[in-house]
Amino acid sequence: MGVISMADVAVRVVGLSYRYPDGTEALRDVDLLVRTGETVAVMGPNGAGKSTLMLHLNGILQGEGTVEVAGLEVNKKNMREVRGKVGLVFQDPEDQLFSPTVGEDVAFGPINMRMSAAQVDLAVKRALKWVGLDGFENRSPHHMSFGEKKRVSLATVLSMEPEILVLDEPVSNLDPRGRRHFLEIIGVLEATKLIVTHDLEMARKTAGRVVLMDDGRVVADGTTDSVLGDAALLERHGLL
Amino acid sequence: MKHDFIDRYSRLQSPVHDLDPRAKTLALFALIIACVLTPPGSWYSFCIYAGVVLIIAVASNVPMSYLLTRMLVVLPFVLAVAIFVPFMHPGGPTVDLGPVSVSREGLLVLWGVTIKALISVSCLILLSSTTHFNDLMHGLERMRVPRFFTVVSAFMYRYLFIIVDEAERMKRARDSRNFQGRWIWQAKVIGHMVASLFLRSQERAERVYQAMTARGFDGHFPRTVELRMRAADYFFMAVVIAIAAGGRVVAIWA
Repeated sequence: MGVISMADVAVRVVGLSYRYPDGTEALRDVDLLVRTGETVAVMGPNGAGKSTLMLHLNGILQGEGTVEVAGLEVNKKNMREVRGKVGLVFQDPEDQLFSPTVGEDVAFGPINMRMSAAQVDLAVKRALKWVGLDGFENRSPHHMSFGEKKRVSLATVLSMEPEILVLDEPVSNLDPRGRRHFLEIIGVLEATKLIVTHDLEMARKTAGRVVLMDDGRVVADGTTDSVLGDAALLERHGLL
Repeated sequence: MKHDFIDRYSRLQSPVHDLDPRAKTLALFALIIACVLTPPGSWYSFCIYAGVVLIIAVASNVPMSYLLTRMLVVLPFVLAVAIFVPFMHPGGPTVDLGPVSVSREGLLVLWGVTIKALISVSCLILLSSTTHFNDLMHGLERMRVPRFFTVVSAFMYRYLFIIVDEAERMKRARDSRNFQGRWIWQAKVIGHMVASLFLRSQERAERVYQAMTARGFDGHFPRTVELRMRAADYFFMAVVIAIAAGGRVVAIWA
């Protein structure tokens, strides 16, 4: 990989292991280095530990090992800062959206980051514009379509202007148009992106690099073409 | 799918809808307390309470048919408890109702329980149909109701729809496999459904919490809108509380 300066590193995970309270070993000695501006697809079968790894990136879970994002070590003391830098978009928009109106939900992160009222307003407007839902502030999320909810979920994180964007299965259950639209939105964002998925097609379209996980370990890490071109590897790890 | 069975009509426009949730809560609770403390024989007092409720109901534009059907929902519960009272008062004057004779005092108790329940419930229905749920919680919070209760209720309200949807989906999946629910051993299936609904809700709660902490949630809800008591709110509160107190006084004096 060569020598890279710290300023270029968006995510650095070293020797990370995590065991769920019920004893399940979800991560076993995981290493991961993501450079600023990269788009990485984190792939693997169900239960490979992809989502667990993502939950470590902003300290929701804390295992053994080191996790650094945007030059900050993730620990209890700098949680607020870390969560402002890493935006997590969860798979099910119902988990992400809990406020009575779209505007309040999009404002939730910025307010927690102690932005002023004027800044919050601006952040909400801008985030909704990014996802093509300007003027939806007063709509209630539970009356929107799944595709719209998905975009609002993205906006709730974009309003915090994260440097690193983590998307868990961003296009699952979306119809082809919704999918294309969502990928277009993601495509123009400048943040470093980690996309958790087992959708080969989407990985090919969006990511320059693929990290393949299985059984809590990173089993392959390389350019999208080299990893996804290896049919035997994909088959061995349940993606084909 | 659209669910609005809790605060249906809470988004209508009316003078009652415009009132501050705190003014409505305090005024209607005063009315309920006065009503509950009134002895069953004080006919005038109940007329006064019912009159106030009726005036608020008309002013609120909430359809009468809706209020009535909602009220009827509680009636069976009240009757189930109180219907036997008239038959259980030995001694004292009795009233002949065709073939049976019932205690006069017991009949009065039954009437009291019923009218009090109906007036109290209609106050609550009016409160919830003229105040959006979140404003109501916000108002309660400002009245120093512990945050724990308001936050839990607010989440219950938000996710109730999803749980109902989920239950609906489970039911559909179950019925497509020809479930009829007619035999006692099939009760087990319903038990399993309730259990798995509970587990799913619990897991969802976990994920919602994760999504919230991911956005920097630290246990305090940000508030964007602040409530403000205006002259009209104080006026409404004063009038309703005065009438409620007046109704209770009439009962002593009559």
